Amino acid sequence: MNRKTSSLVTIAEHSREKIEYLLQMATEFERHPNRKLLESKVVATLFFEPSTRTRLSFETAANRLGARVIGFADPKVTSGTKGETLKDTIMMVSNYADIIVMRHYLEGAARYASEVAPIPIVNAGDGANQHPSQTMLDLYSIYKTQGTLDNLNIYMVGDLKYGRTVHSLLMAMRHFNPTFHFIAPDELAMPQYYKDYCKEHNIKYVETKDFDADVISGADILYMTRVQRERFTDLMEYERVKDSYLLKKDMLAKAKDNMKILHPLPRVNEIEYCIDDTKYAYYFQQAGNGLFARQALICDALGYTLEEIKNDTTIID
Amino acid sequence: MKRETLQVAALENGTVIDHIPSSKLFDVVNLLHLENVRSEVTVGFNLKSKTMGRKSIIKIANKFFTDDELNQLAVITPNVTLCIIRDYEIVEKKTVVLSDELHGIIKCGNPKCITNNEPMRTLFHVINKEAGICCCHYCNQQQKLEGVKLV
Repeated sequence: MNRKTSSLVTIAEHSREKIEYLLQMATEFERHPNRKLLESKVVATLFFEPSTRTRLSFETAANRLGARVIGFADPKVTSGTKGETLKDTIMMVSNYADIIVMRHYLEGAARYASEVAPIPIVNAGDGANQHPSQTMLDLYSIYKTQGTLDNLNIYMVGDLKYGRTVHSLLMAMRHFNPTFHFIAPDELAMPQYYKDYCKEHNIKYVETKDFDADVISGADILYMTRVQRERFTDLMEYERVKDSYLLKKDMLAKAKDNMKILHPLPRVNEIEYCIDDTKYAYYFQQAGNGLFARQALICDALGYTLEEIKNDTTIID
Repeated sequence: MKRETLQVAALENGTVIDHIPSSKLFDVVNLLHLENVRSEVTVGFNLKSKTMGRKSIIKIANKFFTDDELNQLAVITPNVTLCIIRDYEIVEKKTVVLSDELHGIIKCGNPKCITNNEPMRTLFHVINKEAGICCCHYCNQQQKLEGVKLV
């Protein structure tokens, strides 16, 4: 059967319908994650930059669908270190695999790979540019916990300047009439480009530096981010702001019942550990949702339809 | 203007690119690959100009460019005047038009962009012609055309 394959570089360009379609697919995979659907397929995971949790999540997604996985987790073992171009590596691997999941340290690498590769590319992160599978699992987590993506109050906290997850989520949410609250110190404020983007798409947003129980009381989703040391050129600046937005348990006193705390992980010191046991903590389940979101993305890229996933006869109980 | 007051010799057939800001003269030479032209090329540098103070001019004999080739100039010199000359007469005057897409003309200013690290052609989408702002097709970073580096 000839399937219509497609690469996934970003979901910022996806329509509302496409996002909802992928969420439905992820729901199907959560219902039955173990299948033999991709038994004849080889999935290559090419990680030119180490990222253990993203790689494990993608490889688990492929393995649970019966695919076999090849690839590398450490760029030092690749010919890139001998001077091979990305194109040559991609063309070589395309001879062996049916799909490539690629993480790269250069921005735009996924777009370029998708243009030269004869097989679909799934972007597992390209520098500070895009990380669509993270966005997909964030959307899925919001959808699962709130029952909808529409009309939500989403509070983004911490590093809004360098944090690509918040930028991608902001763009993907444009179809769903959200109200954003951007909570960050001046040094890490949401870039003007994304605030202009909100205005262009009639997305409501509020900017504040305050982070306390009163502010949090309006949130449906509290999206915490890590202030990443590696994003700073000025380490003095890092030391000054790194503890600015620590979420403490008493700050949840006025939180709404449905409020959930998300975090792309790894957490360093943004969320007090005692919050893990509250009903608001959702970051570990969020990471777990990555499995189903990535199963959906791999199958969609390979051209499997939602109908096929629903009527799949290869499910393993 | 009388013949004897011309600062650069008249052209029988070919293309004249006039009103080039002198600081951009060599960018124009590079962009049109004039180093490969086999016919006569006359370059006037820092000539007096009523409107510009100083300007530069290039006359290329027996050479007629395509619109796509000439429109590349809009990236660095949007206000140049182009004259097509046949038998010493101006048969056509043109201005340059900034394309919606710039293929292989300018470099991306982002050192971490794939285009600066892989032997490949750059591509930019012009998102605001008036303000001269374009966006890299690959890394999505925006940059102003003013001050861009040519490939």
